[in-house]
Amino acid sequence: MKARVHVMLKNGVLDPQGEAVRHALGALGFAGVEGVRQGKVIELDLADGTTEATVKEMCEKLLANTVIESYTVELS
Amino acid sequence: MKAAVLQFPGSNCDRDMAVALEKSGFDVSVVWHKDASLPKVDLVAVPGGFSFGDYLRCGAIAAQSPVCQGLVDHVHAGGYALGVCNGFQVLTETRLLPGALMRNAGLKFVCRTVGLTVETTDSAFTSGYTKGQIVNIPVAHHDGNYYCDDETLAALRDQDRIAFTYTENVNGARENIAGVLSENRRVLGMMPHPERAIDANHGGTDGQALFRSMLDQLVSA
Repeated sequence: MKARVHVMLKNGVLDPQGEAVRHALGALGFAGVEGVRQGKVIELDLADGTTEATVKEMCEKLLANTVIESYTVELS
Repeated sequence: MKAAVLQFPGSNCDRDMAVALEKSGFDVSVVWHKDASLPKVDLVAVPGGFSFGDYLRCGAIAAQSPVCQGLVDHVHAGGYALGVCNGFQVLTETRLLPGALMRNAGLKFVCRTVGLTVETTDSAFTSGYTKGQIVNIPVAHHDGNYYCDDETLAALRDQDRIAFTYTENVNGARENIAGVLSENRRVLGMMPHPERAIDANHGGTDGQALFRSMLDQLVSA
């Protein structure tokens, strides 16, 4: 089984990289880009039977820094 | 007085830190990240560098290494710890210090000497300075943009735990915070490198007082 973890900076935490991407899109002539947030996707290959709770524990302990980041888990 | 300097793959200020501590009179041992137990020391120093290539997040992998469990135990037992640059990032990742270090707001690696205001002299690390004193210490980082939530910031202020602030906006850090203390004031994390300002040949010696006051306070403790 696989898990896909999305890690994003929390709302309210300024994302300087996202801002830089937004400016660059504007410079390329793309009008109307009002905000860009950049995060990361982490794909995990897991032994069958691994629970969502375990993946969340991985996020809490390592994959995300919950001081600044939020995460979502998709299992498939 | 004994000090241990932790060493991770990718640490690059470990030797500088050891030299700075030795010059100030500490008996220094360097401890590899795989060592689960620390020698009995008064101070643990977490040096700068790019531990584990800054993979995932700066300091995140190092914070999970065996030696960091020893560091956490040392601090919970009331021991002193100093984290500089990547060491500060490791201390926030272990949650020994509040907040997090994010990518610099200007997105550029900043490598130059900056002015710092000494915000408190109430710690073993800063008692050798005077409150409000401006010192010149080099920074060299890409991820030094200190962030914490409003509640944490208020607690840091109320408890006089902001050790140093930049005299200018260096990296976008909240309130220009350059270094913070733990609640028991025995753990200091800072982005600037005091160990790079201890010899006239460094271009400045403003970092000396930090190491000397630490030794003085530990001797008298």
